[in-house]
Amino acid sequence: MRHDDLLPRDIPVSLIAADGTAVADERYSMPDAETLLRAYQGLVEGRRINDQAYALVRQGRMAVYPSSHGQEACQIGASLVLGERDWLFPTYRDSVAVIARGVAPADAMVLLKGDWHSGYDPAEHRVAPQATPLATQLLHAVGFAYAVKRRGEDTVVLALCGDGATSEGDFHEAMNFAAVFHVPVVIFVQNNEFAISVPLSRQTAAPSLAHKAIGYGMPGQRVDGNDVAAVLAVLGEAVERARSGGGPSLVEAHTYRMQAHTNADDDTRYREREEVKAWVARDPLSRMQTYLTAQGLLDDAAEERLAAGAEDIAAALRDALNADAELDPEDLFRFVTAERSTQLEEQWQLLRAEIERASLGSTDLADAGGHR
Amino acid sequence: MTIAHDDTRLDTARPVVGTMTMATALNRALADAITEDPEVVVFGEDVGALGGVFRITDGLAERFGEDRCFDTPLAESGIVGTAVGMAMNGMRPVVEMQFDAFALPAFEQVVSHVAKLGNRTRGAVRMPMVIRIPFGGGIGGVEHHCDSSEAYYAHTPGLTVVSPSTPQDAYSMLRAAIASPDPVVFLEPKKLYWSKGEVDTSITVDLGTARVAREGTDVTVLTYAAMVPVALEAAEIAASEGRSVQVIDIRSLSPFDDATVTAAVKSTGRAVVVAEAPGYVSVASEIQARVFERCFEYLEAPVRRVTGFDTPFAPPKLEHWYLPDADRILDAIDSLHWDDSDAEGAPR
Repeated sequence: MRHDDLLPRDIPVSLIAADGTAVADERYSMPDAETLLRAYQGLVEGRRINDQAYALVRQGRMAVYPSSHGQEACQIGASLVLGERDWLFPTYRDSVAVIARGVAPADAMVLLKGDWHSGYDPAEHRVAPQATPLATQLLHAVGFAYAVKRRGEDTVVLALCGDGATSEGDFHEAMNFAAVFHVPVVIFVQNNEFAISVPLSRQTAAPSLAHKAIGYGMPGQRVDGNDVAAVLAVLGEAVERARSGGGPSLVEAHTYRMQAHTNADDDTRYREREEVKAWVARDPLSRMQTYLTAQGLLDDAAEERLAAGAEDIAAALRDALNADAELDPEDLFRFVTAERSTQLEEQWQLLRAEIERASLGSTDLADAGGHR
Repeated sequence: MTIAHDDTRLDTARPVVGTMTMATALNRALADAITEDPEVVVFGEDVGALGGVFRITDGLAERFGEDRCFDTPLAESGIVGTAVGMAMNGMRPVVEMQFDAFALPAFEQVVSHVAKLGNRTRGAVRMPMVIRIPFGGGIGGVEHHCDSSEAYYAHTPGLTVVSPSTPQDAYSMLRAAIASPDPVVFLEPKKLYWSKGEVDTSITVDLGTARVAREGTDVTVLTYAAMVPVALEAAEIAASEGRSVQVIDIRSLSPFDDATVTAAVKSTGRAVVVAEAPGYVSVASEIQARVFERCFEYLEAPVRRVTGFDTPFAPPKLEHWYLPDADRILDAIDSLHWDDSDAEGAPR
């Protein structure tokens, strides 16, 4: 491959402009109408999930929620470009992508609710546990893809990270291993401009994050991360390249985190309201709505149907999170290792005795059978 | 005798009973595991053509191909992190960290992911991987080549942490580690790589168990790894002076074999813990605390520790001052509140 073929464009790929009009592109073509409608449905559902989860944090039903409001096109794009056999390696901010892959919304929220450290069986929907440390999961994705290649499977592994993660050593090691071993992995950076409070200018001096790819010997591309059509096209091409033996690649989506990092963060300390407001005009939902309506693919009735579907998901999420899961304290000891050690068994017996004493001392606790 | 060494190294066609070095025993264990399980792969830095800086992977790439034993880019976190993904996808990676202190860039992967993924996923994902780390001093290595980092790993729930002290255990424990459904940090005492002993490849060892390295009735020395031969040396000298020293090779630092240790200390009533790592907040501290908690009413004297100093590991020309030796162990034994009637030869 020539160097020029590895370099990203100067201007991120865009297929639908912020005002909802189509943009012609010589290399990437507009996804078909059915795919665009599915993507729009995903955006509507994703927005509703974000807003619902954010509200549930304020109501004290969730410990924390890192919102992806504004980044829904990346989340849905990442899910839709994958086939059933492919794997997704998400971060803590990627709950919408996890749900879009088929994980039940309530199961996807177990981690953030605080019931357990992950709420689903990764093999069931081919979604790795959401990673909290930055960039570490990229290496897992590369190792997973190594095993795929070794067996000659046609599985592709898509790993997500943010702009801050590209500063971590594991990002570089993952890119390098992926390229050296030529594995079927796509690393998708959602550049949302901030790592908690620190702006992109403090993460990198490179022309773009996608430019980093050439240093490892793989292609990089930039895409408008608020344009789901472009995300589908660019990410889809990267996935197909990986599937056909073309090796790894890096895609950087330019997007923006519209809300604070989490509920614990005060974003007025590090960015101007005008900046946030300016990104409203580039919202991933409204531009697709405008485009699809103009194409005659979307009308009020369809909009109502989509909104009702999203509302059902939100209601299910509310119900699940408003119910207190029955938690078993013995679970603390059950999964540490395949076989429970004598030490852990002794410690469980200590806790069990404590629970029994507590349940004898209080009728409230006795009612709950010790499950507080 | 290097003939036995070469004979047994890679001939996996038949079980072996014979004398070999610990390095050969480890090499043999890797070769046998690769032969028996198609999902076992060995990788790391310089493990391919070179056969590892300590030659533990000697000949594996040549014999089994790059698919089973290969070199990676020089990046420890990358080695362990990719092993995590391979384990998630059904493989059984065995990775080599070149030296103890060089494993530290991978520490986040080990602690945050290797140790926790099984727990996070309620057992749905297992991490059947082995992280081999040559550790400890006594070989005249320069800085960052001789650390004892076992406490960091043993402190981490979810990791099995073991260290053999004989070629037999090196073989049997590495086979058990590779077969384990849980992640194992396998600490190889560098100083013992060239020590020789009998190996029978049909002998199995349960990880998590300690071993009685020497019977004795007066005092129990609890130790592991490169300090086991030192403790045996001390026991031999003590025997010539009329004191019977029992030596327990802890072998498994996590989980810990309380049953064997407790029974041993109860049988003698006196104990010394020996380790070459710094003593402060160490595996030696943990062993000492557990013995006090479980054997207090049987003890004739406080449990003493003989450990490395709380200093960075010594430069090569000072390491003989740093490392516990037989004299230091004997001094500790002598301090255990002996009555004159306890031993004929005591005090020295």
